[in-house]
Amino acid sequence: MIRYILRRLIWVVVLLFAVSFVTFVIFYLLPSADPAVLRAGRQANPALVASIRHQLGLDQPWYVQYGRYMKDLIFHFDFGFSYQNGMPVRQLIFSRLPASISLAAGAAFLWLVIGIGVGIIAAVRPRTKLDRASMGLALVGISAPVYWLGLVALYLFSSDIGLIPILPGANSYVPLSEDPFSWFTSLIMPWCVLAVSFAAFYSRLLRGNLTEVLGEDYIRTARAKGLSERRVVFRHGLRSAITPIVTIFGLDLGILLGGAILTETVFNIPGIGRLSYSSIVRSDLPVIQGTVLLGAFFIVFANLFVDIFYAFLDPRVRYE
Amino acid sequence: MSALLTVNDLKVSFNTEDGIVHAVEGISYEVEPGKTLGIVGESGSGKTVGTLTIMGLTRAANTQISGQAIFDGEDLLSASERHMRAIRGDEIAMIFQDPLSSLHPFFTIGAQLVEAIQVHNKVSKTAARTRSADLLTMVGLSDAEQRLSSYPHEFSGGMRQRVMIAMALANEPRLLIADEPTTALDVTVQAQILELIADLQAQTGTAMIIITHDLGVVAEVADEIAVMYAGRIVEQASATELFANPQHPYTRGLLDSIPRLDRDRSIGLDPIAGRPPSLIAPPSGCAFHPRCPRAFDRCSVELPPLEAAAAGSEHLVACLLSPEERIEKR
Repeated sequence: MIRYILRRLIWVVVLLFAVSFVTFVIFYLLPSADPAVLRAGRQANPALVASIRHQLGLDQPWYVQYGRYMKDLIFHFDFGFSYQNGMPVRQLIFSRLPASISLAAGAAFLWLVIGIGVGIIAAVRPRTKLDRASMGLALVGISAPVYWLGLVALYLFSSDIGLIPILPGANSYVPLSEDPFSWFTSLIMPWCVLAVSFAAFYSRLLRGNLTEVLGEDYIRTARAKGLSERRVVFRHGLRSAITPIVTIFGLDLGILLGGAILTETVFNIPGIGRLSYSSIVRSDLPVIQGTVLLGAFFIVFANLFVDIFYAFLDPRVRYE
Repeated sequence: MSALLTVNDLKVSFNTEDGIVHAVEGISYEVEPGKTLGIVGESGSGKTVGTLTIMGLTRAANTQISGQAIFDGEDLLSASERHMRAIRGDEIAMIFQDPLSSLHPFFTIGAQLVEAIQVHNKVSKTAARTRSADLLTMVGLSDAEQRLSSYPHEFSGGMRQRVMIAMALANEPRLLIADEPTTALDVTVQAQILELIADLQAQTGTAMIIITHDLGVVAEVADEIAVMYAGRIVEQASATELFANPQHPYTRGLLDSIPRLDRDRSIGLDPIAGRPPSLIAPPSGCAFHPRCPRAFDRCSVELPPLEAAAAGSEHLVACLLSPEERIEKR
């Protein structure tokens, strides 16, 4: 097991190297704009642009630029400086991380509770109206794009433009450390909007898994022992049906921690997602690199964690 | 001696999208304390559904059940679910066909045994664990204490079936239902498991219903044998009588399709032609007539009742052939 984890960790490092390199190459070969021109602003002249280009190191060959970036990153954990405002990327990212974590964690809690709850109810009452209604609704939830849901939610409930103005709308995010109550209320809408499609997907997945598991021979054995139906479903059925959900949950959470771009943009939450969006618009390579690496980091670690955790969930799985 | 379980005209049918499946079409039998009833038939003959229904395990919105199953003076078919739960695993226990799929893959053997004990007994976990280890020793597993921490996939098929037997006997049931207990096992292991079941039955005095498609299995353990075909009992007799004097063409067909070492190899096996009938639209008259080598006109019209093979005999058979015709050599 230890050897397995070590081997996987080495792969994580290799993978992150590859990700950084690919991001760099894409940016270098297909830049969305010239960062130096953008930085120079309205009064740009060739001399100013050239001096900015020199200042940012953009006049050097790509491999020199990449080598310098990687050297700083590896030896100093330094992600460089933003081309646009000169701020250290590390600081930019770390200041945005709490908002992304708040959004992802709250939404994850919501969708797990709703998704698992609805999935169980639908599975133990198959082909009833309740089952059909919840699964139909779930299909709508999966199909609705998150930016559309976000705008609808704002139109309905936000305190400024809403028809029923009961919740703080876009641009109302307050860090937890400043005011926990406002932090909570400002995130209610984003949490719900982000959780909808996940909850819908998880409920359908769990319903399918649990329905299948409840037809297994070992469930019949559990019933033949004289266990209560509650214990049969929750202990014997759910234990097997939830295992694949745990796997997917780890990956989904990992992806979201790297920034929920659409939700953060609709609600104007200053998280990693919006940072990466604005850095792409502004051709800000160091910030793009930083957010991409962070996202990749979360995803590969979520993957690793899920694989290790799986061995604890399913005793038949053993890693060599 | 009065019967422990009396089944009267049990019928079970399921509504499915394809139509109504008549799984059990009115069967009656008795099991006496300490005795073994063998129920023999092909897959789909209703032998498993019948016993699962007695356990209350087929109850569902799309299931119709009628008849009686009197266990210890009360009808299990009309008992409340709550009461059935108290009986299941305690008074009546089951052993299933495939011990790998019948044990939960994510729980240790110990956890599953302890659970079976604790559902019906208010005992501490430690006490239940000690009892579990004793049970494993009883079914012939060494190092019982350590085995409790193992998972089912770490065991061989025979060991897993021993665990299932230990689990079924955990609460000293008065009736044990063994549904194809040896079918999923290697031939050499089959004999060991049958012997174990017979030994334990002798020790505990448990009555047993053993369900199988294999006449060889019932020959070894059963006192009484009921042969089922398409949801009905077609022949019923004591084991010795049934093997010595089979009456129904289906039973004779089953016996003829068993390979035997004492027979001339040039004769070859004589399998029953055709396939088991559909339970949604069963054949008219005697359900076996399309496959019966002895069928005549009346067979496709008239449903033969289960009657004494000869006046006063306890050997029952459901066949329209006359007693003389039935025992004629083909």
